[in-house]
Amino acid sequence: MSTPLIKAAELTVSIGGHRVCKDLDWQVGAGETWAILGRNGAGKSTLLSTIAGLRPPDQGTLTVGGLSLSGVVRGGNARALARVRGYLAQQQSDPFASTVMETALVGRHPHLGRWEWESAEDRRIVESALAETDLSSFAEREVQTLSGGERQRVAIAQLLTQQPEVLLLDEPLTHLDLSHQVAAMDLFSSRAEAGAAIVAVLHDPGFAARYCRQALLLFGDGEWLAGPTADVINAEQLTRLYGHPLREVRDDGQRWFFPR
Amino acid sequence: MPARRHALLVLAALFGLALASLIVSLAAGSLSASLTDVFGALTGRSEGIAVEIIRGLRLPRALAAFACGGLLALAGALMQVLLRNPLADPYVLGISGGAAVGALSAMLAGLALAFINLFAFAGAFTAMLVVFGLAHGDNSWTQTRLLLTGVIVASGCGAVVALILSVAPEARLRGMLFWLMGDAGHASNPWPALVVLAVGIAATLPFARELNLLARGDTLAHALGVSVRRVKYGVYFLAALFTAAAVTTAGSIGFIGLVVPHLVRLAMMKLGWGNDQRLLLPASALAGGSLLVLADTLARTVVAPQQLPVGILTALIGVPVFLFLLGRQSGSRQ
Repeated sequence: MSTPLIKAAELTVSIGGHRVCKDLDWQVGAGETWAILGRNGAGKSTLLSTIAGLRPPDQGTLTVGGLSLSGVVRGGNARALARVRGYLAQQQSDPFASTVMETALVGRHPHLGRWEWESAEDRRIVESALAETDLSSFAEREVQTLSGGERQRVAIAQLLTQQPEVLLLDEPLTHLDLSHQVAAMDLFSSRAEAGAAIVAVLHDPGFAARYCRQALLLFGDGEWLAGPTADVINAEQLTRLYGHPLREVRDDGQRWFFPR
Repeated sequence: MPARRHALLVLAALFGLALASLIVSLAAGSLSASLTDVFGALTGRSEGIAVEIIRGLRLPRALAAFACGGLLALAGALMQVLLRNPLADPYVLGISGGAAVGALSAMLAGLALAFINLFAFAGAFTAMLVVFGLAHGDNSWTQTRLLLTGVIVASGCGAVVALILSVAPEARLRGMLFWLMGDAGHASNPWPALVVLAVGIAATLPFARELNLLARGDTLAHALGVSVRRVKYGVYFLAALFTAAAVTTAGSIGFIGLVVPHLVRLAMMKLGWGNDQRLLLPASALAGGSLLVLADTLARTVVAPQQLPVGILTALIGVPVFLFLLGRQSGSRQ
């Protein structure tokens, strides 16, 4: 493995007096897919937005794509960061009307110069991202008329349009039906195979076990556990993680977890 | 979004509209002038009473109206991005309220026009700083907090304005009311507002694509590399400066700042160009300027020799247009 795309050393993150993680030592290399698991309010999104450079960590060092994110990221650094890491937010908002094409095209922003306008090449990139998210026939649709799942796929298409090496996904499967959940995870896996690093906040440990080679568990009190999913995702750890007994079921080579 | 070529074509057409509206306003009036008189006055080749009126009275007033309309529309478009609300206007954050308190205080004290303008500008900037300081308070610079602070400061200013009006002597009331309704009649020097407009367009255009992202949300803009806080502060101060310059020149003219960006956006949507600030900002400035020039021409000709405050006309045009748009919008959602 070459230099890791995400490298956290003794990273401490907290929000509103709540400790999310303490002294996190964690590395994510190219081609790796990580799941972040934890109960509501454990700080999964807070940690993810810290890694995205959207908020500064309390302590420790953090580098993403070779850029140091220990302080507030702004100006040219923010642009450079936006070229290497993409961030899929938990919620999308559309106060102004806009088509699917335009919404996805926004992802090209960090690649364009100040006076540059989107080129035919940029539109081609958007079209292929829309095809990958099953939205080809939606290009001219108003985003305000889309269903929740369709809007979420537009957000994923926008992220693909950005062409980042590091994909930070906050609950990427929100609003998606089962077939699109599988399609989305397959899509992210194919990006990882192509050399990207994926970090996804997930709620279904079964999906995490199936699609992610590694997982980071946040226990909500600053404690964390990182490692291969085969080691860290099991009924015992998950029972501790969610504070509710879980049972593991194996079927067809997959592991699934059910609340008792 | 429009191709760059299309955007430039639209701007060229709007520039032509702006010139046409200026020529109409120079020609129209109780002494109606021919095109020859207008061009003669502009090139300084002919003389006579028509030329004197055009150069001395109508030209400064038309240019001032153009600058104010452009500034208000530009400020409105910026406020709509900043507050991420298509119904925001330049006055929503209390800037015009502050200017009104300043201007009316100066009128109450019987000060000269220059001082009225100075006080109006000082009032606008005080209101801006107060809103900024209060909304910024604990570093949580949110839309809701900004909007609430602005609305409260505006209503406070409204109370002071009402107080001044109720204690003002009869003789000064008319001037005060005209100022409050927006009146380009006393705008003798258009150059400060025109300079602010030119500087404003030059200062906002380089950030237009960043504003496109900001309109979609802070987190998204930040994640795509926009220095959100800096850009927002810049937008706030520029929008406040534009509003202050406009109200200082011609009082608080309503509806231009709300309706013009809305109309331009609607036309862009119809063309499938979306909400692209790279075209929306300069197009709003040109359209707002032209509209106010035409409205002001109507204001001084429709019941001549009586003159109406132009703010009445913009409101009379603006209210039905806005209600129509709002009705259509809710209709198309269903």
